[in-house]
Amino acid sequence: MSAPLRDVAIVAFAQSDHRRRTDDLSEVEMVMPVLHEVLRRTGCETSDIGFTCSGSSDYLAGRAFSFTMALDGVGAWPPISESHVEADGAWALYEAWVKLLTGEADTALVYAYGKSSPGSVRDVLTRQLDPYYLAPLWPDSVALAALQAQALVDAGHTDEAALASIAARRRADASANPHAQLTGARPQGDHVVAPLRTGDCPPIGDGAAAVILAAGDRARELCERPAWIRGMDHRIEAHSLGVRDLTDSPSTRLAAERAGAFARPVDTAELHAPFTSQEVVLTRALGLGDEVRVNPSGGALAANPVMAAGLIRLGEAAAAVHRGDSDRALAHATSGPCLQQNLVAVLEGDPR
Amino acid sequence: MTVTPPPEILRAPLVVEFPFTRSLGPVQSAFLTGLRERVVLGVRTESGKVLVPPVEYDPETAAELRELVEVAATGTVTTWAWNPAPRPGQPLATPFAWVLVRLDGAGTALLHALDAPGPESVRTGMRVRIRWAAERSGAITDIACFEPYEDDAPGPSTGTGEGRPAAHDGEFADPVTGITTPARLDYTYSPGRAQTRYLYGLAERRTVGERCPSCAKVYVPPRGACPTCGVATTDRVEVGPRGTVTTYCVVNIKAKNLDIDVPYVYAHIALDGAGLALHGRIGGIPYDQVRMGLRVEPVWTEGARYPDHYRPTGEPDADYDTYKELL
Repeated sequence: MSAPLRDVAIVAFAQSDHRRRTDDLSEVEMVMPVLHEVLRRTGCETSDIGFTCSGSSDYLAGRAFSFTMALDGVGAWPPISESHVEADGAWALYEAWVKLLTGEADTALVYAYGKSSPGSVRDVLTRQLDPYYLAPLWPDSVALAALQAQALVDAGHTDEAALASIAARRRADASANPHAQLTGARPQGDHVVAPLRTGDCPPIGDGAAAVILAAGDRARELCERPAWIRGMDHRIEAHSLGVRDLTDSPSTRLAAERAGAFARPVDTAELHAPFTSQEVVLTRALGLGDEVRVNPSGGALAANPVMAAGLIRLGEAAAAVHRGDSDRALAHATSGPCLQQNLVAVLEGDPR
Repeated sequence: MTVTPPPEILRAPLVVEFPFTRSLGPVQSAFLTGLRERVVLGVRTESGKVLVPPVEYDPETAAELRELVEVAATGTVTTWAWNPAPRPGQPLATPFAWVLVRLDGAGTALLHALDAPGPESVRTGMRVRIRWAAERSGAITDIACFEPYEDDAPGPSTGTGEGRPAAHDGEFADPVTGITTPARLDYTYSPGRAQTRYLYGLAERRTVGERCPSCAKVYVPPRGACPTCGVATTDRVEVGPRGTVTTYCVVNIKAKNLDIDVPYVYAHIALDGAGLALHGRIGGIPYDQVRMGLRVEPVWTEGARYPDHYRPTGEPDADYDTYKELL
């Protein structure tokens, strides 16, 4: 792939504490402290931001046009340059990155939020499926992930014990993550939809996240060690589940290739794998070896605010670069059933 | 500002129901009509692969696909997942296996349910057949589910080799051209901090807005944030009860389930002390005498949680300059 037109970096990341319920807060009330926190980290004010882009879905909480309410938290009046994607915030970040690459803005605020607690997210997510052949059957998100997990077991790529060890590792890692919802050792539990057990599934909860992007020297002003976006790409699998090889993720591999991920090894990978079995698919598709730290944050198995969990992967990878824990990190976000759509970004810190 | 402990969280059921009505193209129409007639159709791609369920465009080449073929009602499980606790709307009410089934003659798999006694009786590679629904309308649910089926299994089918499925013209009498898919999602709505306080105020027949600590604008109803400053509104400010009509419209269409005679007036009303107008119905005055600047007050009915309507106070009209910023 060719080098981006401009150097753009993630210069700040903030997220909420992810909780099972947030009945005490409206969506804007949940999002606003995260917006303030990410601005505070850069010393920016709303008026310093050239472009704002958000990701969310009204279906989660059942509130029509909820994103326009959330926009109140940005200070969007008089009108600002702003956009929204009905998708995970990772795709909002992609849009903002493109905006900065065009030179139309030098800074961007990207945020995402999801309140799964008002509804039944397993059922809500069936409404994103093919309306002719799938949605009338109400196949829930765990059921579809379980079909993928069984395909992996049949192919000899994993088994229930291996999946359990992934679950345990991620929640152990999450003990160091103060924002995580599910941490530490816990029983794998019963089958939710076999072969997936409770422990193989992500927690259901509410949360929000935000990042700030900046270009060139502006990034250096705002952040001691910017996480430069060396490449980013997103790709999608064939629409029908029965057409796909569920044990592989060619779209992730292609996105990673286009993002330049295979040019040099990465030291850290934040993978958006809500189910343990999906981490197996992604690790294999990306060819990640034991030398790569995978999901040191605990990943989506520790906190999965739908629509924000992918953006959080980019934020966590960037934060690792900011802290000096990583020099070159891969961040991945997914959307849809069985890793339907996948985004990969490569982030780097300046040499130390 | 009065400092009070957070009130008890309000909750209410919220049901979102939507019957999506969708038209079918030629391929989906043939497939779903076929199911009604207990015929399963696939579509052949340029490379010769048979896709079941059929799609209109080749997932690999994007070529338009129209060559329909008939495949069998029997097939092989390619992957499965045991569902011990069926959820509303799913094909079976008793525990079942989700399955992807490659029907004999097809090169791809179809998602559906398998009725089996337990997970120990299900495996990848097992033979299954369609159990047709007793009443069929031209929908994926015309397949009630799959059921185990003992036969001499044919070799792995690629949909391209022997046992090549027969061409089908896709023609049926009275074809299905559209589907209506009802959907219902149940939520529990909680209004959040600011709106909860607002609703508790209304229960006491008080209208309590919130002031932005930065620009001092008073929002009624409060939504928790000042959209100009992007900060939380904090100070609670009681406004009204009287206010001024800033603008209005005359409604001539009778709303369903609403016992109000037309024409009537719906207005924007800036309550005294509020930084923006809310809306409400104007009563107690002929519709053609309502005007901008009219002074009004709320009328509460017994047991109501918000004003039924607003009526004139009899005060002189407000001067335009006093409300021009609130239009």
